[in-house]
Amino acid sequence: MALNDKSRNEAVLKAITANRLRDGEVIFLAPGPGLGWVERLDDAALFEDAAAADTALAAAKAQAEGEQFAVDVYAFDLRVTDGQRVPVKTRERIRALGPTVRIDLGKQAAA
Amino acid sequence: MNHIAPGRNAGVYSYDDIDRRFVAERVEQFRAQVERRLSGELTEDEFKPLRLMNGLYLQLHAYMLRIAVPYGVLTARQLRKLAEIGRKYDKGYGHFTTRQNLQFNWIKLEDTPAILHELAEVDMHALQTSGNCVRNVTTDQFVGAARDEVVDGRVYAEILRQWTTLHPEFTFLPRKFKIAIMGSDADRAAIRVHDVGVFAKRNERGEVGFTFYVGGGLGRSPFIGKLIRDWVPEEDFVAYLEAILRVYNQYGRRDNIYKARIKILVHELGQEKFTQEVEEEFARLRGPKYRLAPEVVDEIRRRFGGPAFETLTDEPESFQAAKAANPDFARWVAVNVLAHKVPGYAAATISLKPAGGIPGDATSEQMELIADLADAHSFGELRVSHAQNLVLAHVRQDALFTLWTALEANGLGTPNAGLIGDIIACPGLDYCALANARSIPLAQAISARFADPARQQTIGELGIKISGCINACGHHHVGAIGILGVDKKGEEFYQITVGGDPTLTTAIGDILGPAVTADETVDAIEAIVEVYLSNRHDGERFIDTLKRVGHGPFKERVYAAH
Repeated sequence: MALNDKSRNEAVLKAITANRLRDGEVIFLAPGPGLGWVERLDDAALFEDAAAADTALAAAKAQAEGEQFAVDVYAFDLRVTDGQRVPVKTRERIRALGPTVRIDLGKQAAA
Repeated sequence: MNHIAPGRNAGVYSYDDIDRRFVAERVEQFRAQVERRLSGELTEDEFKPLRLMNGLYLQLHAYMLRIAVPYGVLTARQLRKLAEIGRKYDKGYGHFTTRQNLQFNWIKLEDTPAILHELAEVDMHALQTSGNCVRNVTTDQFVGAARDEVVDGRVYAEILRQWTTLHPEFTFLPRKFKIAIMGSDADRAAIRVHDVGVFAKRNERGEVGFTFYVGGGLGRSPFIGKLIRDWVPEEDFVAYLEAILRVYNQYGRRDNIYKARIKILVHELGQEKFTQEVEEEFARLRGPKYRLAPEVVDEIRRRFGGPAFETLTDEPESFQAAKAANPDFARWVAVNVLAHKVPGYAAATISLKPAGGIPGDATSEQMELIADLADAHSFGELRVSHAQNLVLAHVRQDALFTLWTALEANGLGTPNAGLIGDIIACPGLDYCALANARSIPLAQAISARFADPARQQTIGELGIKISGCINACGHHHVGAIGILGVDKKGEEFYQITVGGDPTLTTAIGDILGPAVTADETVDAIEAIVEVYLSNRHDGERFIDTLKRVGHGPFKERVYAAH
């Protein structure tokens, strides 16, 4: 059941996530100025510095609540390892892919 | 709506028009609340307590809907409805929980009112499956069937369900409140690790009365429930419970979520002072308004109906012949079948724990098959056990082979009830927003390691219980072997406890040593079992060997390589 990321050499980046209000789907803030949202981590905006992430997070929270589009908006850490975006925490990896015990379900099923 | 006809399914409480109108009104109320949330009239902060009151959580991947299975008893028709909901609104499966409920993991908020409407069609709901209220009252999965039963706990669990549902004093308790009730001398409902644990019994005149244990619970601060009254007459059952809840409501901590459960109140006030407070409140409450009249109890009992048992004898020839001819069937009978109070019948546990499987998960197809089997062999009625299995409680012994053949052909004939493969596991980090570590993969790995049914039977009674966080939904504290997932700098580790006991001789397990990795955990369980087998006396259970030889040999073997 090994999932833990042993690599520690890559820089830690940030992405912003939430659950879509209507259906609970895990979504990620998309790149660009328009505060769009995407369903896959591979398509998400990545932030190299904390200040930019904080600014985007504040805007995303305001938009999510104002437009009743998403809930539980927050930022999380990830690394890019061999071209793959790998969240630092197991919890975020499971959110981004799906349950490790049912790889036929979640976003991983459509990969 | 196409409701269940009263009395059609023996042993399941029949709603009347008042019950149905009540549930239907709650569905429409929630439908309006969802619409107001989606339109922006309600903020998430305003809406969250409303959705929780209807059993709707937001978990890792989607919304999770927890559906009430009152005291774990349901009809074949209700199970078919759950299967249908699983297929139509989820991903084709559901998860049976230690609270005798069912959870769907992939629910959409916008579908929830429709789901609740469909549930109401079969007299089901999700009320009070979340929130700081009285949750589903749990009981013995063999209620109404067990040979050792003295009182039918379903009747009193249903009385509590009706009494506490939307009760204005109990809607905003300091924290959630869990009650378990048992009606036999054995404890199959872990009553002393509940907020209130009730033993229903009879005195020498045959009258029903109740023993109350209060302040048990697992989680961050595990406590064993304290005896506060040995005999409460039936007519005072509701009044005494209300007195307990009033004292809790008045004194329970609301300023600190970690100290809000009644177990902390009982601990801090002390058993004597708490009991005194309850007795004083009980003295004030006792009277006509709270008197549980015999005719009310009789009416509730009548609404459960009763299976039309035939006059049979135990161990019919065909049953004996089937066991003699088929060792696998004989093993399943020995492990998964319990004696019934009516001669010629038996209660059969359907294990939802195949080797390498996910404990408590059932696909829609499996639910439909089991519903068909309940119709064919158990008066259309079945139960969910707190160990996350299903039970057909009233099977003719001469039908057991036919039942087993059907189960076996569909991967549901695993003979492991109460054995090492019958692992309780919470959803853990694969689904749960609170978890620190995964539980299910560990359960799968351990059950795969001990897949051999003969080996499991040789090991005998040994409960493994796994929780993915300190909230202890997997009851790890009371596992003969308990496993708690912890997060150490982003990596999953597992703390092993031994010596837990969920029965009347309740015990909280002791930590064996430092937490180990997942892979090491499976080897550690193997080592613990080996030490047990090499030390046990004839017929001695794991927990008794542990008591006799102490932790030393187990600890030494598990940590030998460290």
